[in-house]
Amino acid sequence: MPDLLLELFSEEIPARMQAKAADDLRRMVTDKLVAEGLVYEGAKAFATPRRLALTVHGIPARQPDLKTERRGPKIGAPDAAVQGFLKATGLKSLDEAKIQRDPKGDFYIGLIEKPGRDAIDVLAEILPVIIRTFPWPKSMRWGARSGKPGSLNWVRPLHAITATFGLETEEPDVVKFSVDGVEAGQTTCGHRFLAPAPIQLRRFEDYEAKLLDAKVVLDPERRKDAILTDAKQLAFAQGFELVEDQNLLDEVAGLVEWPVVLMGSFEPEFLATPGEVIRATIRNNQKCFVVSDPKTGKLANKFILVANIEATDGGATIIAGNERVIRARLSDAKFFYETDLKTKLEERLPKFEQIVFHEKLGTQAARIKRIERLAAEIAPLVGADVAKTTRAAHLAKADLLTEVVGEFPEVQGLMGKYYALAQGEDASVAAASEEHYKPQGPADRVPTDPVSVAVALADKIDTLVGFWAIDEKPTGSKDPYALRRAALGVIRLIAENALRLSLMKVAASALAGLSVKPADASRLPSDLLAFFADRLKVQLREQGARHDLVDAVFALGGQDDLLVIVRRVEALGKFLDSDDGKNLLAGTKRAGNILSIEEKKDKRSFDGAPDAALYSLAEEKALAKAIGEVKAEANAAVAKEDFAAAMSAMAKLRPPVDAFFDKVRVNDDDAKVRENRLKLLNEIRSATRAVADFSKIQD
Amino acid sequence: MDASLPAHMRPERSFQGFILALQRFWAEQGCVILQPYDMEMGAGTFHPATTLRALGPKPWNAAYVQPSRRPKDGRYGENPNRMQHYYQFQVIMKPSPPNLQELYLKSLAAIGIDSAVHDIRFVEDDWESPTLGAWGLGWECWCDGMEVSQFTYFQQVAGFECAPVAGELTYGLERLAMYVQGVDRVYDLNFNGRDGDAKVTYGDVFLQAEQEYSRHNFEYADTAMLFEQFKMAEAACKKYLDAGWRDGGNKKQHLMALPAYDQCIKASHVFNLLDARGVISVTERQSYILRVRELAKACGEAWIHTEAGGAA
Repeated sequence: MPDLLLELFSEEIPARMQAKAADDLRRMVTDKLVAEGLVYEGAKAFATPRRLALTVHGIPARQPDLKTERRGPKIGAPDAAVQGFLKATGLKSLDEAKIQRDPKGDFYIGLIEKPGRDAIDVLAEILPVIIRTFPWPKSMRWGARSGKPGSLNWVRPLHAITATFGLETEEPDVVKFSVDGVEAGQTTCGHRFLAPAPIQLRRFEDYEAKLLDAKVVLDPERRKDAILTDAKQLAFAQGFELVEDQNLLDEVAGLVEWPVVLMGSFEPEFLATPGEVIRATIRNNQKCFVVSDPKTGKLANKFILVANIEATDGGATIIAGNERVIRARLSDAKFFYETDLKTKLEERLPKFEQIVFHEKLGTQAARIKRIERLAAEIAPLVGADVAKTTRAAHLAKADLLTEVVGEFPEVQGLMGKYYALAQGEDASVAAASEEHYKPQGPADRVPTDPVSVAVALADKIDTLVGFWAIDEKPTGSKDPYALRRAALGVIRLIAENALRLSLMKVAASALAGLSVKPADASRLPSDLLAFFADRLKVQLREQGARHDLVDAVFALGGQDDLLVIVRRVEALGKFLDSDDGKNLLAGTKRAGNILSIEEKKDKRSFDGAPDAALYSLAEEKALAKAIGEVKAEANAAVAKEDFAAAMSAMAKLRPPVDAFFDKVRVNDDDAKVRENRLKLLNEIRSATRAVADFSKIQD
Repeated sequence: MDASLPAHMRPERSFQGFILALQRFWAEQGCVILQPYDMEMGAGTFHPATTLRALGPKPWNAAYVQPSRRPKDGRYGENPNRMQHYYQFQVIMKPSPPNLQELYLKSLAAIGIDSAVHDIRFVEDDWESPTLGAWGLGWECWCDGMEVSQFTYFQQVAGFECAPVAGELTYGLERLAMYVQGVDRVYDLNFNGRDGDAKVTYGDVFLQAEQEYSRHNFEYADTAMLFEQFKMAEAACKKYLDAGWRDGGNKKQHLMALPAYDQCIKASHVFNLLDARGVISVTERQSYILRVRELAKACGEAWIHTEAGGAA
């Protein structure tokens, strides 16, 4: 079966858009082919800075013929209806129609045969539409045609389209179409500088090979592999190690068609600047890699650049040029760093009074004061020194106003640590500058130093309570202030450090510190708690744990100690994995179901202690006794927060519950006995509430 | 590069030779070579030959040097490449020709940048000017890792769609010349291409000016006067715009778009000076930018109702 080769040749496509564009092109063309009844065998798309390319192989040469039946009017219907039917079906007369009988009468049926079209004609129809409606994140108009309405929008000017279709064994045909004056053909160009001459193409196999001859590596994965291999080798040959950087590699591979890896160096005295700053400078501004010395793990005074040409001087000019720029950039960075060191962190703080954190939440200065107060309050709860915590919170944000962080936002916190150490702060105080931002996501490390933990919690809880107070909660996919991340951060800080604190109390205190007073202030902490519950569920789900148990624990009410909640959930999960747990859950649910039916019937509840005098069967007595014992044992275990022991106690309920349901009829003819048995069922439910609300657990 | 040039005129030896080579190249592509606009402005884009001429259907090809004043970038002459006054070389071609990238690369060859040994790259950089209500898509052009030009296809200017689209090239002249001459400090550039006593450097011409203007921009510029000037320029711009409208039969016409736009340029520069003096707060800053943009948009609107800006 024939194959399609499509190439869209343009001016330089932004690196960050290339991968998605290739994917979109493949998806759009193949979806459309399938919709047209052309089921293909395989497809692959590629992108370079100057071209999007697609190969689809094994496309049937023709669409299948389509036969459809269309029901027409009844026999003897008015002429207008008959004429309409003939027109719609293309039949010459009613003689060509079938007659079909059904209970409503005899109807004409028209058989419409739509012959399949040649695939190449279908392609000529769908490709221009796909090109015109291509979903670039940003697109533009250009040239003389942009003066007229309806001109093509593309990511950058589109210069040529190659579209061929045919069998491997034959000379393929050009798919004939044009888009805004660009005629599809079979000519493209090679590398902009190394092989700019036009190239005639036939099909994908010769396309990829001819491009390679013309100094274009079509497949981005091949370019990445080549860059990575060469960069590692170049570093290794000089006794260094490449500092790998996937995002940078992806970007650089989107900036070159013919990667040539070269190494340059800079003056060793720049290495006095922190390594992260050097890396940020070289990476962000110059899109070059850094290398380290494997013996010390520290950066070396070398960098690796990826050029797009094989230069006639072997790259000497390119290296010299890049070295010049990197030298200038590093001397800027060094200057920034040294300038920063001249000002103490606390001297920067007054400037925060001019900087608005959020219109409704006041200045950064006000926020820092709030965090300081809250962190000091949290400190004793997490075992942190109050004075150190206060100092740490005081300084934690100060580096935002330094030159280096202004230039490279990604080193915020880290620079704060360096500057704090340089001005002789306590190690814990300095570390908090960096650590209090953590954890930034599910994969990020959680701080353990109590000072950092206190400041991190205060920072996140202030953010959450603040945005809750001004009603800027996350909705759907929108979470512009990363509040979900903050809540998850709080959960992980508490759970992984095994901290005991009442979230409601801390939230209420944070709320009291705000200058805005929300209308429903009293509801805010519990509202926020529900948000934490949701986050906890999401986190457990992502860990593959049961998340319905969170509801079962929260439904007990008064639960705002996250660590206790997490432990309860864990113990409950383990218990429910056991046979005892499963059966007890089933028994409890059964009791609950019977109760709710009977409660409805009688329009009353069956609270209150059962009357021992009314027990007649051994199983009743045994159950009542077991409930009494288990309740006491479980409550004692819960009071000691030994949830595993509480669960083992619960397990003892299983045999008497099973026996009860086996032998005892709840709805006894004697109303008093019935009421008493229902009360006993209610006791099962209430006994299990020592650990969770079993009714909220999914089966 | 033109081999017949005398040594002191060669772009790799002489800053002025460098400028002349660019002018000559673009003149050969059919551009009118203009002289700098006689007003202070932050970038060559503000020149009416770009801002206003980018609007409307009429073809327009021009190139010129424009001194760019960025009061905040002054460093008292102490930074090797940051200045409050520098030169931009600006090319505008409307509609953008299909081979604009090739022309740009040829222009680099004309000033001695050979693509066989230099790594020239087009790196995504979308351009937006909030004060001009303008945006476009294009690239920063890199030569061996250094940004040497800005390449933009204008999509909108003064709030109006560009139809057809103009292509705009901006060369940072000092930076490029430093690279070509191989000097690390802008003040060391050879300005006239001569040697010995006859040599004039960029520092000879501009160092004192950088020191004096830095002092002025950061310390002494009369802010009371500047606040007043901003208001006056804004008021004058609106006044000229109002006065310029004529009812030209079946369509409206404007007869004073250019004088009105001068006041917009003026207001923009005064704002930059006030900003450098640090007397504009973060919130006020936004509102000043909006005020200038409103002027620019109104001037654009007037321009497309003039002969040069409208359909003939």
